[in-house]
Amino acid sequence: MRLVIDLNKCQGYAQCVPLAPGVLKLVGEEALAYDPNPDESQRQQVLRAVASCPVQAIILELDPPADRDTK
Amino acid sequence: MSSGVKGTYSFDEIVKQFRAQGRIVIVGASLAGLRAAEALREKGFEGSLTIIGDEPHEPYDRPPLSKQVLKGWVPADHTKLPRLRRVDADWRLGVAAVGLDRINHVVKLGNGEEVGYDRLLIATGTRARPWPNPEEGALQGVFTIRTVEDAGGLAAALKAKPRRVLVIGAGFVGSEIASVCRDLDLPVTVTERGSGPLKGALGGVISDIAAEMMRDAGVDLRTGVSVASLHGDESGHVRSATLTDGTVLEVDVVIPSLGSIRNVEWLDGAGLAAGQWGVGCDAGCRAFDINGVVTDHIFVAGDVARAPHVLYGYEFLALEHWDNAVAGAEVAANNMINLEVGRRPHLPLPSFWSGQFGVNIKSVGVCSFGDEIVVTQGSPADRRFAAAYGRNGRIVGAVTFNHGKWLPYYAELIERSAPFPPPPPGYDRPADASVYSGVMPARFPDPREPAGNPDVVLTGHDPTDRSAEFRPRSH
Repeated sequence: MRLVIDLNKCQGYAQCVPLAPGVLKLVGEEALAYDPNPDESQRQQVLRAVASCPVQAIILELDPPADRDTK
Repeated sequence: MSSGVKGTYSFDEIVKQFRAQGRIVIVGASLAGLRAAEALREKGFEGSLTIIGDEPHEPYDRPPLSKQVLKGWVPADHTKLPRLRRVDADWRLGVAAVGLDRINHVVKLGNGEEVGYDRLLIATGTRARPWPNPEEGALQGVFTIRTVEDAGGLAAALKAKPRRVLVIGAGFVGSEIASVCRDLDLPVTVTERGSGPLKGALGGVISDIAAEMMRDAGVDLRTGVSVASLHGDESGHVRSATLTDGTVLEVDVVIPSLGSIRNVEWLDGAGLAAGQWGVGCDAGCRAFDINGVVTDHIFVAGDVARAPHVLYGYEFLALEHWDNAVAGAEVAANNMINLEVGRRPHLPLPSFWSGQFGVNIKSVGVCSFGDEIVVTQGSPADRRFAAAYGRNGRIVGAVTFNHGKWLPYYAELIERSAPFPPPPPGYDRPADASVYSGVMPARFPDPREPAGNPDVVLTGHDPTDRSAEFRPRSH
């Protein structure tokens, strides 16, 4: 799975962190650290985390496009 | 009486034909290159797309490389960028562009091949400035940090519990690396030739706060000093560094964090406005030639671009920001397949973030354009505050430390060039007795003072400045 978080949009509401603790971590009060390429087993948690963000800062690759794994 | 007779030469037809059959080449296969390719397809470009990248990797995200990757939480190659859509491109990865022939519309590659284009996007970004002494820079244990290989190597070196880490340069990346070292409980020295960390980007007032944060976390921060030389052992591994004040430090890992170099060498001789601060382009991402005439078929996006910005006196702004790459790529893509009224400007409100020492530092605008600063909310002692920068009575930038929810308030003021000092939003104003109440000089470094290469550069024009520089070609 691939995701990237727009950390400019992120304001540290941290609604996402408890929903996917294996993938998202709060560092200090506000900074978000995350695993950009987590294991597929985390998919449900990550989907919930994406939906929970009030500023929609998490960009998740929903389906890898057919031409992704290129030479 | 109408002369609106349809001519035989229709620009609308040209655009339609280009979108169906044109050839676009994107040089640069990282964030800006990828997002431009996706935007082109999304906006209806159906012609041929070639993407050239000198790294042998598909596009990956760099910000995590100096944070969670170095900490060892995430493997270095775990930052591949999510794809927003199919791009149907001919990817040439692991081969560099080495020249541009604008007359024949051809990009020359390092393997001898040539790629023809109808329209070109330059998105070659930057690379880390290497340690100036190549022999010392080649010692094991010396790492610059930009690529996935750099990050993987450095993460492994930190995991091996070095006696001491030396970070040369206290800009954002250097500070983040020092922060990771402290998270890993490693002794770390940071040398900064200027008078404080982050001074070029955020000014002396904030720099003092950042320096305190660093020292509170146990970093051995030395300002006004740099590294004269590095020394290795017989096996070719770095073991010590001599500072400019004569001190010798025993160090096992050294990270020169000296800023970036724009990847413009491949454009030598092409006659574009390419130089130290990138490739000059207009507010619609179209490259200028060396005489200031805008080109028609060459566009620029990302870290390598510099463009005039209406909010900053139309000075050319060169940004090394993540969202500048994303937004600029999208505008460039739109403008590559449109003419005139279909085009949009790229007018980024510069924004960035940096996570260090448990604090989330965020900023909008060009703080270094200001000469005054006022802490408007919160408490610097608590490392939770907002501050605004002003110039000539207008707000030009803002920074927050663990106070990011307030940043959009200041962003909106900056976009309107609202008066400075800005009206505080009414919440958590600093106590009057605090040393930080009121407007004070922001203390940006004098350009004559040694300081870092900030991530936002206003390359202003001084009408009295005429100079030419001889740069011998490296080949």
